[in-house]
Amino acid sequence: MAWRIVVGLKKHVKDARGEKIRREINGHLNLSLTSVRTLDVYTVDAALSLDEVTQAAAGPFSDPVIQEYAVNQPLANSFDILIEVGYRPGVTDNTGRTAKEAIQYMTGRQFTAGEAVYTSTQYLLSGLTDKSVAEKIAKDFLANGLIQYWTILSDDELDPMVGVPVTVPKVVSDAAPAVRTLSLQISDDELLDISRMGMLALNLEEMHKIKEHISDPQIVAERQKVGLGAELTDVELEALAQTWSEHCKHKIFSARIEYEDETGQVQQIDSLFKTYIVGATSKVRENLGADDYCLSVFKDNAGVIEFDKDWSIVFKVETHNSPSALDPYGGALTGIVGVNRDGMGTGMGARLIFNTDVFCFASPFLEKELPPRLLHPRRIFEGVVEGVEHGGNKSGIPTINGSLVFDDRFAGKPLVYCGTAALMPRLLDGKPCHEKKVLVGDHIVMTGGRIGKDGIHGATFSSEELHEGSPVTAVQIGDPITQRKMFDFLIIARDRGLYNSITDNGAGGLSSSVGEMAEDTGGFELNLDRAPLKYPGLQPWEILISEAQERMTLAVPEDKLDAFIALAKEMDVEATDLGIFTDSGYFHCLYEGKTVSYLGMDFVHEGVPQLVIPAKWQPKELSEPDFAQPADLGQELRQLLSRLNICSKESVVRRYDHEVQAGTVIKPLLGVTNDGPSDAAVFRPLLDSFAGVVVSHGICPSYSDIDTYHMMACAIDEGLRNYVAVGGDIEHVAGLDNFCWCDPVESSKTPDGRYKAAQLVRANQALYDYCVAYGVPLISGKDSMKNDYQIGDNKISIPPTVLFSVIGKIADARKAVSMDVKRPGDLVYLLGKTADELGGSEYYAQHKELGRQVPHVDAQVALQRYRTLNKAQQQGIIASCHDLSDGGLGVALAESAFAGGFGMEIDLTRVDKDSDIREDKLLFSESQSRLLVTIHPQHKEDFERLFVNQSCRCIGQVIAASDLVIRGYQAQNLVQQPLQQLKQAWQAPLREM
Amino acid sequence: MKNTVKAIVIAGYGTNCEREVAYACQLAGADVDIVHIAELLTGRVNLNDYHFLNLAGGFLDGDDLGSAKAGANRLLHAPVAGSADSLAEQLRQFIAAGKLVMGVCNGFQLLVKMGLLPAIDGNQQQTCTLTHNESGRFEDRWCQLTVDPDSPCVFTQGLSHLYFPVRHGEGKFVTAGDTVLQRLEELNLAVLKYADNQGQPTQTYPANPNGSVAAIAGICDQTGRLFGLMPHPEAYIHRTHHPRWTREELPEEGMGLLLYKNAVRFIQQELL
Repeated sequence: MAWRIVVGLKKHVKDARGEKIRREINGHLNLSLTSVRTLDVYTVDAALSLDEVTQAAAGPFSDPVIQEYAVNQPLANSFDILIEVGYRPGVTDNTGRTAKEAIQYMTGRQFTAGEAVYTSTQYLLSGLTDKSVAEKIAKDFLANGLIQYWTILSDDELDPMVGVPVTVPKVVSDAAPAVRTLSLQISDDELLDISRMGMLALNLEEMHKIKEHISDPQIVAERQKVGLGAELTDVELEALAQTWSEHCKHKIFSARIEYEDETGQVQQIDSLFKTYIVGATSKVRENLGADDYCLSVFKDNAGVIEFDKDWSIVFKVETHNSPSALDPYGGALTGIVGVNRDGMGTGMGARLIFNTDVFCFASPFLEKELPPRLLHPRRIFEGVVEGVEHGGNKSGIPTINGSLVFDDRFAGKPLVYCGTAALMPRLLDGKPCHEKKVLVGDHIVMTGGRIGKDGIHGATFSSEELHEGSPVTAVQIGDPITQRKMFDFLIIARDRGLYNSITDNGAGGLSSSVGEMAEDTGGFELNLDRAPLKYPGLQPWEILISEAQERMTLAVPEDKLDAFIALAKEMDVEATDLGIFTDSGYFHCLYEGKTVSYLGMDFVHEGVPQLVIPAKWQPKELSEPDFAQPADLGQELRQLLSRLNICSKESVVRRYDHEVQAGTVIKPLLGVTNDGPSDAAVFRPLLDSFAGVVVSHGICPSYSDIDTYHMMACAIDEGLRNYVAVGGDIEHVAGLDNFCWCDPVESSKTPDGRYKAAQLVRANQALYDYCVAYGVPLISGKDSMKNDYQIGDNKISIPPTVLFSVIGKIADARKAVSMDVKRPGDLVYLLGKTADELGGSEYYAQHKELGRQVPHVDAQVALQRYRTLNKAQQQGIIASCHDLSDGGLGVALAESAFAGGFGMEIDLTRVDKDSDIREDKLLFSESQSRLLVTIHPQHKEDFERLFVNQSCRCIGQVIAASDLVIRGYQAQNLVQQPLQQLKQAWQAPLREM
Repeated sequence: MKNTVKAIVIAGYGTNCEREVAYACQLAGADVDIVHIAELLTGRVNLNDYHFLNLAGGFLDGDDLGSAKAGANRLLHAPVAGSADSLAEQLRQFIAAGKLVMGVCNGFQLLVKMGLLPAIDGNQQQTCTLTHNESGRFEDRWCQLTVDPDSPCVFTQGLSHLYFPVRHGEGKFVTAGDTVLQRLEELNLAVLKYADNQGQPTQTYPANPNGSVAAIAGICDQTGRLFGLMPHPEAYIHRTHHPRWTREELPEEGMGLLLYKNAVRFIQQELL
């Protein structure tokens, strides 16, 4: 019988958590409760005495100043309805794990196998008597049925002696480990059934390829030598499905595309990735010549560039969309701790210095009915924000840059981009730290967490649209502390030279990590039965492909193995020797000594057939809207400032520790009251140096509805524009692309596949054209190609979205520039010309229009501007600099003014513009490459001399009064707004989120 | 070297701010080691070889059982190899020797939950705690702090006000009863209070970011040698750390460094 400890706040203590939940229930479900109180429950399933349990309850589990506890009795009283929420069997329970460790320290005894602590929470609701409403609260707000169970009791149903009936969510499995074999000598329909039912996401051509391979008599003969035959084992099939998944193999980006443009010309593209992404980087590096600062691109878990003579920067951005759709908290948490492993798993390992995050959601205030299986965007918002908060904050990594982008099509799938930068020494023991190589005979050592059924089929699941049968096991919850402990250990092991290579266990688990590392040697022998498991009952194939978190795989040479394992043990990190890397040529797994997979390494890695995708570009018939200039542009400006894509994200930013490690010198929030919106972040990774890493991004999916070519160009320009605005060095900068697309492969489910594929081609073409023109190498990236929701006829596809992340440096962070105006009398300049380019703009969206004239980017002109701006920044003559993006000039002026606390007087006649552009369009056009700069009048001549022959106009000045005054073409006051009102409009929408 | 101030920063199990705390100690003139708890538990490093113990910010064990609770439990119970004493016992010896301890954020939570602060009249039962912010959420925000000029705290001597970021979800300071609060005030142990723009202690959000009673942001013991605070002094050791350094004239050296310098000076004068 399990012990049950309930811990709650004493009567007089305010329950801030409960109160927050009460407010949120009101916000989410529009239900007004009189109070919500919370109790923590520990179900201790272990052989302990009452004394020991009481000691635990009174000691580590409760706080004597504010809490009380009960053992095997209820603590709940005076409520109407009690809801207890706990985890389902097998779901990661971090608090339960910590509770178990605490008891072990206390008693000095280890728990035996199968003993555990499980946590749950009781919510005591008052002001509600209807249990069906409580059911709704549990289902739609407190719990996620995929990973949690709940129990609902009214006050008269709670037994005062016993309390809530005990639930012990222990994984019970009587399945003996077994390996099944499958004959593939079956019909096509049956082959496809195997793929579908096994959640393998393999298409018919791929199934044929496997069938063909396994039918080769020579191969069968080789297999017979190790005890296998002409049938494929489930371990082999699963390994192939993971390795060949869209998620791991990027089949769409590697496909041959037959692209027909609007003139009917057909072009054959052999791999978008090689042609445009690798192609652009090769070209840029060639142009850089001896100044090339790229160290490792596209070949590792993250890209690496030079930082200074002793250090290099590692950067990677991932997406975690599909898991976040099912469980926003767990999905986002694993997203961030997952990308952290990419940084750690690059080269010989790196110290993580900051995170970035960009989320794309539907409006949290969405009122329409959602189709089945979709969570409300507000819930996704809350869960994702909290997941990344826990992942970043607990790991001690500051989150310094990000965005929230809103479009109601993201209700179909939210996009969760998580990025991580890390710092590594240029040389480790005399060898480049960004390189690594496994040697034959090295041991395969897995460190960190244990393997469970969590995350099985994550890779194949995210290679499909979200559908009715999307697997629950794809959902996982990250454990930042287990990972933090492992990283502390690994950095020491790295510096002691205890391993030859390292990589992370992400998608595809051991199958991917060991499989990829073994490409260095050409084979491996992996003993699946040696892997430490969270609970018994896993099948060998599950052990191989589980994506259970917080694990790294290392290649440890024989003579270092003991030292490696001993250090791990001392630092309380699990490390297990699972086998060796060989040159056998085989992907060789064993279970209890018996071979369970024996596939040629070549076949596993190179066998996947190339997809062929048709693409046809046909520009949409679009037109510019026809509405008169509104009479009150001040009101238009306020409304724009209140749009979700423009408004303040302060409530989210503050939930992220953006200053841990003491390096963040241009923070996400700045200005006279520390709440203005920064364009980019500057981070000093070395406490004793002023060299800074600069990070920013561009993302503009709304332009995709007109032309993805320009969407991509604008995203690149926006990223670079933000980067140079704070002082980032345009000559030492790298880009990173994250494509999130809707399925672009034509099929019955996707009849408009040709158009979507053409959109993809065009975005890639722009990526090549602009990276080459700007001289920006791409160093890494990722694509997520199935961001659709489909159940029945209901299909929601996201707008094609590319996050273009930018990373580089500023030699002296003390020269960095912030966006807030500094003092009255300063002159206001606008760099760059404004054209009638409002297609896809926020202003048109405010008028429920799309338009046609999407912004175009002139890279040559922009590059010259950015270089000149860098010079002015180096001379220290820029007081403030802010990029113009969503909402154009009007929004940039307002933001700079209220962030700085001073008004401005602006004369629109002085703006460099298309001659016939209307005042409202001039004010809100989203023409690219423009920057708003203020300077002290004493620098006027120097500044103007630098920008001679460039578009650079003084358009007004900063004033002491706290009004934004914008004069129109007839010198009339087009806008006259108190800053307080503008700021209020900008801060209001998400303040309470 | 006899005249060297030796500082230790404990790391591991979710401590996050060890590097910047160590750097602050170093800038203040101390010889500093970052030591993983494993090094202490194996007995290879002994606390008593140092003068200045830093318990840095972070999330010990994820704060899973409440902030610093599991961390406190480890110090109380984990055995030190080759010694009969627990780490907590080493820590008590360290304190009894009159050495300095500063706990920041999670380190403050740890000291309070182990009963080491405020330990009025030597009572090491826990009498105060740090719990969930009134707002129910984690916040990163810079706060004005006012210093009690009559406090015995050795770290804040000569200082009247400070400006540091808070970065916590569980920073609301609460006492077991009014008597404890009264004693804290009488003995001038409530060293730091969240202040409004006029420098007055405040209960108003966000100047008081978490709803702490009597606006208390940091406390010391009666010797003034044990000090814990929620705001992060190590986050402001250079002017570029200040959120408004691009718009204000500020001294090169950040205010946080002053606390570390006071500690080092005190050790040089009293303990060497």
